[in-house]
Amino acid sequence: MQLRKKKERMSQEINAGSMADIAFLLLIFFLVTTTINAEKGIRVKLPPWSDEEVDPTQLNTRNVYSVLVNYNNELLVRGEPTQITDLRKNCKEFIMNPEGREDLAEKPSKAIVSLKNDRGTNYETYLKVYNELKGAYNELWDAEAEKEYQKVYEDLPNSAKKAIQDKIPLVISEAEPVDTQGK
Amino acid sequence: MSKFKKKRGNSTPGISTASLPDIVFMLLFFFMVVTVIRNAELKVDVKVPIASELKELEDKSLVTYMYIGKPLKRYQEDYGTAPQLQLNDKFAKVSQIPFFVEEKKLKVPERNRDKMTTSLRIDNDVTMGFVTDVKTELRKAGQLLVNYAASQGEVK
Repeated sequence: MQLRKKKERMSQEINAGSMADIAFLLLIFFLVTTTINAEKGIRVKLPPWSDEEVDPTQLNTRNVYSVLVNYNNELLVRGEPTQITDLRKNCKEFIMNPEGREDLAEKPSKAIVSLKNDRGTNYETYLKVYNELKGAYNELWDAEAEKEYQKVYEDLPNSAKKAIQDKIPLVISEAEPVDTQGK
Repeated sequence: MSKFKKKRGNSTPGISTASLPDIVFMLLFFFMVVTVIRNAELKVDVKVPIASELKELEDKSLVTYMYIGKPLKRYQEDYGTAPQLQLNDKFAKVSQIPFFVEEKKLKVPERNRDKMTTSLRIDNDVTMGFVTDVKTELRKAGQLLVNYAASQGEVK
């Protein structure tokens, strides 16, 4: 009688041995069904839609950095053929105008980058160009942050970021693409 | 004394597996948190370009995805090989974008609507004509925050 009682009491314990199996099963399910996708990209704010086109030619040509990409994915920057690899340095020089040249931007806050492409331009090229232009601004902001606050731009508080952006505003205006191939 | 020692040596204690579930659960929760279940099955072939000035998307619940690329092999019979737009898990026309955006907006609380972002996953070989049409529709629909999906790398 006594022995029986003991047995009953022992069987009350739940066997947790299979817990690991269950957890493994779930783990494998999640491993298989999911993908770690760090979604990254270039963030852009499009201008609101309006029927009237802003004509950049009305602006002082000195302040406009025009980039044209044709359907052969070739670049024409301010009327001169350029390589994508030179774009970043060229653009930075245009915005800051360290030597005070007559033909570059009066001051950074007045500089406008105008990007125009063909309907036949490759998306890859377009994004490369955009990446370089954005990279130019990022590098300028970093340099400014280093000069003013001795910090990396990303680590600055929002107010300081805004102050820098007011000084060197990012203006990339995109014109309606031209259609030279009937695409 | 010696008797006591001997006994100890003989019995090999099994390794306790009691903590195994805890370890596995920890792994499980880690994977549950860091992973996102992909909601749409891709019907177009998308190889995003490489770029260096990337930012991560912050709030995933505010992001809508659009895919543009060549249809996969098994859909080419019906849709051809020209680039196509995919919304959710269907092929769509560019003119359907405003409706799609509006539909997504309804699911988001009002205070968050201006933070909504559209992530464009566009294949390398798509021409800008198509992309511009999509952008124009987005602008008309008032969806102005756009993310050009790209993978990190050095641009050559």
